[in-house]
Amino acid sequence: MNFFPFFIHRREKLRKSITADNLFKLFTGGIALLGVIGLAVLILKELILGSMLSIEAFGLGFLYQSVWDPVFNDFGALPFIYGTLISSLLAIVIGVPLSLGIAVYLAEIASSKVRAIITPIIELLAAIPSIIIGLWGIFVFAPFMREHIAPPLQNYLGFLPFFKGPAFGLSFLTAGVVLAFMIIPIVSSVSREAILAVPNLQREAALALGATRWEAITIAVLPYARAAIFGAVILGLGRAIGETMAVTMVIGNTPQIVASLLAPGHTMAAVIANEFTEATGDLYLSALIEVGLILFAIAMLVNALARAIVWKFLRVKGGEA
Amino acid sequence: MSLGWRKFKDRAFTCLAALSVVLAMVPLISILYAVLKMGLSSINLDFLTGLPKPVGEPGGGFGNAIHGSFIVVGIASVIGLPVGILAGVYLAEYGNNKIGRTVSFVADVLTGVPSIVTGIFAYVLVVLSLGTFSAIAGGVALATIMIPVVVRTTEEAMKLVPLELKEASLALGIPQWKTSLRIVLSTARFGIITGALLAIARISGETAPLLFTSFNNRYWFDGVLNPVATLPVMIYTYAISPFEEWHAQAWGGAIVLIFIVLMLNVCVRFAARQRY
Amino acid sequence: MEVKISVQGLNAWFGSKQALKDISLDILEKKITAIIGPSGCGKSTLIRCLNRMHEVVPGARVSGKVLLNGKNIYEGDVDPVDIRRRVGMVFQKPNPFPTMSVYENVAAGLLLNGIRDKNRLSEIVEKSLKQAALLEEVKHELHKSGASLSGGQQQRLCIARALAVEPEVILMDEPCSDLDPIATVKIEDLITELKREYTVVIVTHNMQQAARVSDYTAFLYLGKLIEYDDTARLFEKPQKELTERYITGRFG
Repeated sequence: MNFFPFFIHRREKLRKSITADNLFKLFTGGIALLGVIGLAVLILKELILGSMLSIEAFGLGFLYQSVWDPVFNDFGALPFIYGTLISSLLAIVIGVPLSLGIAVYLAEIASSKVRAIITPIIELLAAIPSIIIGLWGIFVFAPFMREHIAPPLQNYLGFLPFFKGPAFGLSFLTAGVVLAFMIIPIVSSVSREAILAVPNLQREAALALGATRWEAITIAVLPYARAAIFGAVILGLGRAIGETMAVTMVIGNTPQIVASLLAPGHTMAAVIANEFTEATGDLYLSALIEVGLILFAIAMLVNALARAIVWKFLRVKGGEA
Repeated sequence: MSLGWRKFKDRAFTCLAALSVVLAMVPLISILYAVLKMGLSSINLDFLTGLPKPVGEPGGGFGNAIHGSFIVVGIASVIGLPVGILAGVYLAEYGNNKIGRTVSFVADVLTGVPSIVTGIFAYVLVVLSLGTFSAIAGGVALATIMIPVVVRTTEEAMKLVPLELKEASLALGIPQWKTSLRIVLSTARFGIITGALLAIARISGETAPLLFTSFNNRYWFDGVLNPVATLPVMIYTYAISPFEEWHAQAWGGAIVLIFIVLMLNVCVRFAARQRY
Repeated sequence: MEVKISVQGLNAWFGSKQALKDISLDILEKKITAIIGPSGCGKSTLIRCLNRMHEVVPGARVSGKVLLNGKNIYEGDVDPVDIRRRVGMVFQKPNPFPTMSVYENVAAGLLLNGIRDKNRLSEIVEKSLKQAALLEEVKHELHKSGASLSGGQQQRLCIARALAVEPEVILMDEPCSDLDPIATVKIEDLITELKREYTVVIVTHNMQQAARVSDYTAFLYLGKLIEYDDTARLFEKPQKELTERYITGRFG
């Protein structure tokens, strides 16, 4: 009985499959590296290349100059940075409390039946394309803001610099509120996950001391989950910063730095959307690309911070729970 | 602090929490209502299959835009799905190390790239090289959004497959790569397909990446190297125009778009619930 | 000897599953009552019914009466929040609030009840930590996080936290099962001290512990109360055969 051909055959088969294994690993690994890291690097490279002209012409001044003059080829991004900041902050101020309320309600208060109905509805809000939100913004919400929200704000709070001046429907405030609605799904769902990850023992500790349900939430649940909730808020901030269509349709597209929230403004994403195809001249285009580069950098930093916080919390708490 | 006051606070905050849920649903209902109310009148066969008419002429449709959207989304999917899925497979099967975790993290962060930036990226990469706006450029821009999303959903879906299944397969002498492909991938196929469909739904609704890549076109699709009309861009163009008739058609386009996107979402979630 | 808590015909369910069947017993004031029995017999469910924590679980319900100082705590006009302050609880796994310091943990219940005066708070915190035999060990580290203490210290912190709101009864659900033997001894000594001022009900799966620490013992099996007697008598001369088989280790 000759075993050798059998063993040689098996060894060949093993060698082939080890090679096949390595090939597979190399192939998919290469795609992963190129498709993710490569993509990120490529995006950065193209943005920087496209901005070179503008970077050379304006240097750091681009970040704090507020003149945006296509005619005289003088560009400064400050009004757009300002607008992005203001509209995003408004989105956070308005959207986060709502999101937390929703997260707490769904995680702690609602019955499972109610939860099963409401949760997909909130997620539906996330699925609506931003162009449609923008469409609604222009024709329904902005007029609503102008006619029903701005007047009382001006009447009662007009002494504040935020609500002085004429009220346009297309304004920082309108954009801020629209953005608030758009970040609610992500902020509330990540917060909800964080709240659900809080061990039951913590809730019971508070209840056993004689706390009402809401007191148990505020002294035991929310503090425990606060890191991840913070991460959720930063995620929402990142989303608001990058939003383009809905904002450009309701903010008024006027590059200016004013205190009044009822005035029209502009954001980095909006100016690119508006002016890119009209940009005559290489410097103009390059300035717009540089705005895109700044936007990219800010959005990526904010998102990286948010993801790091949320990853860390969910991994730690997931392990404990 | 009396118990009565504390109970009052408890009830009050519970009401506030419930109120925030209601408040969040108001815009959703308002949007859906507005789209239906303003757009339904525009929907007819001509709208869905016809070409846009010049201003002033009644009628005309978004037929080319609907068709164009399918094409651009198709191009994006052809690029984005294989890359995303294969990368996700790698991360799930071999990614349990520093490099793998870094790549996964970067993919996660990349899901937050502002969509307008992907448009700039595709502009510089494709439009400037080809010298023209094109469907391919639009596809590349959308693929840039798609890839990180699909990578992560694929990775998560594959990671859900229990270790025991993989070990059983390996113990039978089935090589690692066959295990990954035949066993794990196919077990996770539902989650992967769900992720892919949701990504497709997401990019179908994106406008900003297409504004200066696939641009726009008032005629039918004419080859991937030419600009093409897409539904979101058409809606945008008509919405910001000064013409009333065009506004009505924008709402009509919105109905079609929302229909496509929501249908995809609802189907995916419904199927998911059936399964589990 | 006064009856502090009188359980009368208590039944408890988790959804459709009945966990307690017609339990009746009287818990005497300023005594330590142990509840023993094999896993799943309903001991935790029983004490959680004594401070209305059982109903916190969705789908859980209760029938029958539990009289605290003669008044049924399940009556319509009774507020569970109030009951839970008067009947405190210490859990099996120590659960100090990790985002609060030692001081803040003990003061948590006080702040809930509206006590704001700094001096009064410090006074009560100190007294509670002393009663829980923890003061000496932490008095220079009151600002440290509650979670930074050892397991045994954390459990004593939880006891201090429960004591701070001046309950009438203290319920303990297997307070030592997660702790090492040395910490266990410290807590058992503490429990013996506590009965001077408080009524204590302790659930334990450790029969020796019950025999060491308690005055009265109740033996539960499959949701029913099998026997309830003076601890010495129950362990030396159990009346029921089931009890005898359990305490001699024949099962459970």
